[in-house]
This record gives sequence, structure tokens and C-alpha cells, in this order.
Amino acid sequence: MDTLARIIAQHAASEGPLLPILHDVQAAFGCVDAAAEAQIASALNLSRAEVHGVVSFYHDFRASADPRPEVQLCRAEACQARGVEALVPAAEAAAGQRVRLSKVYCLGLCSVGPAARVGDTVHARLDVPALTALIEAA
Amino acid sequence: MTTVRISDDSLALACGADAVAAAFLRAGCTVERVSSWGMHWLEPLVEVDGPDGWTGFGPATPADIPAILDGTSPKAIGRVADHPFIARQQRLTFARAGRTRPLSMEDYAATGGWAGLDRARALAPAEVIAEVTRSGLRGRGGAGFPTGIKWRTVADAPGDRKYVVCNADEGDSGTFADRMLMEGDPFALIEGMAIVAHAVGAAQGYIYVRSEYPHAIAKLSAAIGIAAPRIAPFRLDVRAGAGAYICGEETSLLNSLEGKRGEVRAKPPLPAIAGLFGKPTVVNNVLTLTALPHIMAAGGAEEYARLGIDRSRGTKPIQLAGNIRHGGVFETAFGIPLRELIEDIGGGTASGRPVKAAQVGGPLGAYIPPSRFDLPFDYEAFAAADAMIGHGGVVVFDDSADMGSLARFAMDFCAVESCGKCTPCRIGSTRGVELLDRIRDGAGRAVDAVEALPQMHNASKAGHGREADVALLTDLCETMRFGSLCALGGFTHYPVMSALEHWPEDFGPKVLGPEECG
Repeated sequence: MDTLARIIAQHAASEGPLLPILHDVQAAFGCVDAAAEAQIASALNLSRAEVHGVVSFYHDFRASADPRPEVQLCRAEACQARGVEALVPAAEAAAGQRVRLSKVYCLGLCSVGPAARVGDTVHARLDVPALTALIEAA
Repeated sequence: MTTVRISDDSLALACGADAVAAAFLRAGCTVERVSSWGMHWLEPLVEVDGPDGWTGFGPATPADIPAILDGTSPKAIGRVADHPFIARQQRLTFARAGRTRPLSMEDYAATGGWAGLDRARALAPAEVIAEVTRSGLRGRGGAGFPTGIKWRTVADAPGDRKYVVCNADEGDSGTFADRMLMEGDPFALIEGMAIVAHAVGAAQGYIYVRSEYPHAIAKLSAAIGIAAPRIAPFRLDVRAGAGAYICGEETSLLNSLEGKRGEVRAKPPLPAIAGLFGKPTVVNNVLTLTALPHIMAAGGAEEYARLGIDRSRGTKPIQLAGNIRHGGVFETAFGIPLRELIEDIGGGTASGRPVKAAQVGGPLGAYIPPSRFDLPFDYEAFAAADAMIGHGGVVVFDDSADMGSLARFAMDFCAVESCGKCTPCRIGSTRGVELLDRIRDGAGRAVDAVEALPQMHNASKAGHGREADVALLTDLCETMRFGSLCALGGFTHYPVMSALEHWPEDFGPKVLGPEECG
């Protein structure tokens, strides 16, 4: 059984299995592509359009994989109040084409921002040197 | 051997708690990882067990360890529970914060855990609902709906299956109380959900946590694994969101749980009648559910109802965030004035500059100027002042904030996060961003081809100046407010119009004369 079929089988018996399946597919392949959508649709007795509608609705799912490492920088109000916007030019320069620097709206670290997330680790009280180092190490 | 307590809350980790803990281990200490006290400017906060009891130090770095261990560190803050920030609070929901290991059933039971569930299960479901109604508890997610009445509706609704759903999609900037509870006191949330399940007759529950909170998801999953026998036959699962802010709205959350696009549903039917998979469903916020174990413990409902003012009963965990010197979670009875929270407890801005504004209630909350800081923290008082307390987040800005840019951000956020179901929100937000850009750059707009037609008698032939654009924006906000299906489009006018009303000078050159804005 291939990876995709195994993921589907793992969740098929649970209530509302589509999102848990999509999360696992995204984690395993870095994206949920058209072929995966078709296979999931067929297994769950949904149309491909229904599955594609869900995949395209949520920010967490991507249609094609991006092999670059990702750094998520919080740009919400509380981090703005603590000066995140002033860090953005240096962060973009450090990221260049090598790192995907993406926006996230709130990591729940609103009293110690600016905050960023890399994988499942979180970082707070960022200034230009700390954020640049974080991006270069990503 | 010296015992040291350090939080493993994700905020402490983000501030470097793991490196501090590892250094204490290398120094030969026993390290206990506990929940966070919620004094975030002191994280990583370290408590050391010495001859005079536990002493706190913070913010600690690995380099501070020798001085902390020989008692000469200038970062000592004395006994943490006596710190004014903690001593002034009335902690019911956050009673265990800083004091217990999050995944220790032993610690949980030793601090009164499961007493509420055991007492609730000894009562008839209708008696549990009556007690919660008597406590005056209202939904802590933002809407403030009376919890007991919601449960009554679900309990009375016909259905072969019923569900309890925890809304843990805490997407509002400036809020972190849900996250702290899920990471620091997960059994309290599990106990609260088991109490609801007993009251309404549900066998299955789901906790919908946003994917931006990986630590909370891991802690909850582990806690459910440990506590499953304790809450049986009730079953509980964690589901991860997928990065959509709108899924904090309860009907779009239910759609998301069902595996659909997170689009808002029209109400009625209420989720209490036809919710998850069309079945009667209680949807409550993390803070509402974690208040329950205390309320259901003996005498808890009466104590809860005694606290607070008017129709806002009990305590509210308020989150002090943004540019504030003493940020963190401050749980207190309703009624405390905003000024006391920001200036006295919060210590003003972290930057040391004057406070310009505070946004209360998340991205959809109003910007409040210091002249209005006498407002008491209370659902009705805020509503009367055209603001909302929402989930209790207070984000402070200093005088460097550009309110015009923040108003544009609010409108743009609505455009990015709109689910697309209703027109005022989907299209209004995009038009609103364009309007704000035009107002802010002061360019105005020339007469277009259609307006120039002789048949268009009512169209202006003189072009559109700033006043016309401001009037149009006001009208657009009104349309979004009354025409949107949910709070996203319906509340975006709060940040936009409050910023325009109080700081017109931040919207480019002269928008309103001083005489017009009072």
C-alpha cells in the first residue's frame, strides 16, 4: 500500500476525516496535488471539486511543494505594536530566494513579540540580529 | 539537591526556557517543568527551592545560574505568589498557573481536580444546568451568551447523538489565555468538557485547536490519552485547524470539523439544534469550559455569581499584550477600569513612550484612546461605548503607531480572511481597502465614464474629494456591519471607524476639522 492510501485508511473510520487526511498528506508530501485530491475524493466518495474546494480554502495546504525552508513571522497587531514591521526589510534580505518568509497572524506570544515560528519551534523578543540569525539557520 | 521549577509553556520556550532548564540540569539540580504563572516579561521565570521556600528569578538566562544558585542574583523577585501582579488577581480559571506540572494527574488531583466532575456526575443533568445558570457564566469566547441557556437548548433538543465542541481556534491577536490553559492545565479543559457532556447527554467531544498552536495540540493529545479512563464513557478527540481565522466562528468551525470549507452557516438553525453533522451541539470556548470545574465544585457557583458587576458575573482572564511593560494574563472580577489594567498593572508601554491607543477584543475590536480608559471591563459597558471586550485581549500601542495604517490593516485582514459566503464582507472589505488607500494618499477620485454621462443626474460631476470618500467609507462600514452573516464582516467597522473617529490626523492631511471631531 502506498503512503497516500495508508494515510487515507488510517482516518477513513473517523468522523469528518478530510482535514486530518489533508494535514497528513501535506506533512508527508509538502503539498496536496491534483493526483492526491483525486485519490482522496474517490476514497471518501466525494467529487474532486469538493476536495479541491477544501484544499484551496485553507492557508495550510499547498497545491505544489516548496522545498525551501519556511520561517513564519507574525505580522498581527500585537507584534506590530512591538515593532515587527521595522524588522521586515532585514528579514527579507536575509531570506532572499533560499528561505520562504511567510506571514502568520498570531502565534499567541503577543506580550513578547515580535515572534516567529520555524517548524514546531517558536521564537520571541526578536530584533534584527536575532531574526536574521534565525532565518540564516533555517 | 536543589529543585528548580521552569515553565514549559510555549511562550517560555520561545524566550529560551529549554536552554535555562538544561543549564540547571548540568549544574546538578532537579528540574520540574510546570505551567507558566503568566508574568510574561519575567519569562523564562525560574523558581528555586531554598531554605526560605520557593524564590523566583526572571527573566533568567543560562549565564545567571551561578548567581541564582548562590543567592546573589539581582533578578530575584521573592516568592512568586506574593508578587503584586499575582497577588492582585482573583484566579479561579488560572488557579493552577505556575503551580502544577501540566501532564501530572497527581498534581491535578492534589489541587482539587476532578471534584467538579465527580459532583456533577452525582447530580441529575438538569441540576447541573441549573447550577451553571445560577453562576451567571456567559460565553467567554466573545459573544457572552449565557452558558446555561445554551446547554438547556441542547439538552432539550431531540437527537440520537449530541456533541460537545470546544472552540480553541484562538486567532485574535493579543489573546493567549486559551493557549496557556491548553498547555498549562489541559486536564481542566477535559474535565470541563466531561461536565458539559453529562449535562447535555453527549458521548463524543472535539477540541478544535488552530494549527498555529503545535504545543497546545501535543499537550492536549497527551492529556486526553492519560485522562481517557477518568472521563469514560465520554470520548474526546483533538482536531487541528488549517490556518483559517474564520474557523473561530462557531458555524464555520463546525463545517471545518465536518471536513468542509470553513464557510459560515446562516443561523437559524442554531448549532444547539442542528450543529455538528446536523446534531444538537454545544460549542463553548476554552475559557468557558475551564471555568466549569470550579463552578461545579461545592459552593463554586455561588462564589462565581458573587464576583463581577451587573450582568457580567465571575472572573475574566484579561490578556495584556503588545507594547506593554508588564504583559501577561491577569484574571480578575469584571468591572476593573481599563486605565488600571494598562497603566497601573501593565506599567504603561514597554518602549517607555506615551500610550496612544489600546485595541480591546482582537483584530475586530475598537481602538480606544486614553481619554476613554475609564471604561470598566464589562460586556455591556463596552457595548454601550461602541466597543467590545471579545476574548479579553488588550493590545497597547505607543505614540509611534499609525492609526491609518492599522485601520487599513483591519480592512485588509477582513479581505484576506473572509470566507466568501456573504457579499458585504467578501467584496466590501476589498472596496474598503481601496477607499482607505485613497483617503490616506489624499488623491481623491476623478469622475468616471459612467458618472460623466448626462443621464446620471445624481452623480457628482465635480470629482470625489476626501469628504466624499470618508462618507462612502462610513456608509460601507454600515453596510458591512448590518449586512454580514458573522462577526468578521460585522465587526470590522469597530477598528476602522474608531481609528478614523479618534485619530483623523493619521488619515492623511485634514480629513475632518477639529470642530467636526470634537
